[in-house]
Amino acid sequence: MKDANTAVKQMSFKKKNNWRSITYFLWILPFIILVFLFSYFPLHGWIYSFFDYKPPRSLAQSEFVGLRWFKMLFTNKTQVAQLMQVMQNTFAMSLLGILTSFLPVGFAIFLNEIKCKKFKTFVQTFTTLPNFISWVLIYSVAFSLFSSSGMVNTILQNWGMIAEPIKFLDSDSHTYLWMMMWNVWKNLGWGAIIYLASIASIDQEQYEAASIDGANRFQLMRHITMPALLPTFFIMLMLSIANFLNNGLDQYYVFQNSFNKQHIQVLDLYVYNIGMTGSSYSLATAISMLKSIVSIALLTLVNVVSKKVRGESII
Amino acid sequence: MKNLRRKRQSSSDVTFNIVNYLLFGIFTIICIYPFYYLVINTISANNLSASGAINLLPKEIHFENYKKLVELKGLGPAALVSLAKMTIGTLLTVIGSAFLGFMFTQERMWKRKFWYRFVVITMYFNAGLIPLFITMKNLHLTNTFWVYVIPTIVQPFNIILVKTYVESLPKALQEAAEIDGAGIFKVFYKIVLPTCTPILATVAIFSAVNQWNSYQDTLIYITDQKLYSLQYLLYTYINQANSLASMMKNSSGGMLSSSVVATQQTGTSIRMTVSVIVVLPILCIYPMFQRFFVKGIMIGSVKG
Repeated sequence: MKDANTAVKQMSFKKKNNWRSITYFLWILPFIILVFLFSYFPLHGWIYSFFDYKPPRSLAQSEFVGLRWFKMLFTNKTQVAQLMQVMQNTFAMSLLGILTSFLPVGFAIFLNEIKCKKFKTFVQTFTTLPNFISWVLIYSVAFSLFSSSGMVNTILQNWGMIAEPIKFLDSDSHTYLWMMMWNVWKNLGWGAIIYLASIASIDQEQYEAASIDGANRFQLMRHITMPALLPTFFIMLMLSIANFLNNGLDQYYVFQNSFNKQHIQVLDLYVYNIGMTGSSYSLATAISMLKSIVSIALLTLVNVVSKKVRGESII
Repeated sequence: MKNLRRKRQSSSDVTFNIVNYLLFGIFTIICIYPFYYLVINTISANNLSASGAINLLPKEIHFENYKKLVELKGLGPAALVSLAKMTIGTLLTVIGSAFLGFMFTQERMWKRKFWYRFVVITMYFNAGLIPLFITMKNLHLTNTFWVYVIPTIVQPFNIILVKTYVESLPKALQEAAEIDGAGIFKVFYKIVLPTCTPILATVAIFSAVNQWNSYQDTLIYITDQKLYSLQYLLYTYINQANSLASMMKNSSGGMLSSSVVATQQTGTSIRMTVSVIVVLPILCIYPMFQRFFVKGIMIGSVKG
């Protein structure tokens, strides 16, 4: 009798628990639906790349073309040339991004050498500011300073150093370097924060012990600070490799004009340009689909490397 | 210890210090100067600023540029749209992140691990521009205000932040409340919300800055001019600032005395004034949220 009683009790307890675990799920269900709608459901759009989809017509009315767009990407001569140029731009921008990724590390190490606390906070506060400014505004700043009637040209002309204004923005010279420069300007101070935080967590005794042993300032920087930042640097490097194809659209769209188009079109911008303005929906979808697949492959690869090197995955 | 330090100040140390201070000083100036340049040019005589004479200090200060902005068509509505998307978007993001971050710590939830992964993994892939656009169109979200805020409600990264934070709180808190008969919502809003303020503030700040700064959403999903965000409007202004200025000149009757020249709107003055308006909110709240950076970034890097 007693046993039966506890059994009943246990059952009702279990039932209650089950019911609760379901209600918990029901509360988050609306959010799960949102995730499904905006992240999973759009994947069905990949089928558009197998059709000749022209917007006013529906997909059902569109012609099924199989792999025509994919074939075109790799066989049509003008298309191949265009894509190669776009890939070159993407690689150049991403490589420059990776090459400059050591700058925040240096920034943090050298800023740490500044002993005046007020100056340090001052530098840190104002060098992070550009990170919170939109790319449209940065373009506006660039326009004010570097357009043909902008500050730099006016000053150079007033000093008689040049007769004609130099075209900084509406020309295709050094496009990669310009884009890199704006990127560094926007992100350097912000990128250094994570390293400054790592430096702050280094055990001070290490420094004291080493300086008693006669290590000078540069040796401390080289042998204590730098090795301590290496793990963070490694993660950041892996992430930027995983995002090699994802330069984003923001920066390049605002700086784009008819002069620099050839060298500024990275993959994301190219997809926008041919998809949204050129209205070749299907071709654009085909390209972004390939891009997504390569990106996921890169991420997996980076994850494996990270597991091997650090014994920890990134994802 | 102090003596030891002082003794080591060799001449190479001194040069290093000077160079170091100098480099950081210069870079900091490079970071501030553009904004300073914009501001002093908008309050100086427009004919001087158009000829590039204002570089260090404002001259013949006036505020006509700001007063005349009222005449600019579209600026008011765009500012409202940007403000609305910033406040509503931030509110929804904070609610979504807080609630989901908290719920995903509830081990009793049905298939909790699966649903958590289901949400978090979306950080690492996306369908691409065109499929996303077609989806939004089919959901009838394009050219509505909601396209700005609804897709940002669930943000995996923020959810990870909140979840990590809630997991670091003592479990006894929730257990005690439940023994007292509090339901899950009461626990959420009486206990979790108040204790999570620091992390929620971080989420709120980043989401507010993102909403204010984004123009891509307008660019892709909006064609209705009434729904333009301020950033996008600024972009269109930059590209047509000169024609705008001549338009305003015509509307004022075309009379031009020499005293008017200083306050006459030029393409440059309109572009710069709107830029200052757009950057102002960021500059104002920046000192307040600056201290949240490190906290947010450090918690984020625990599990990025």
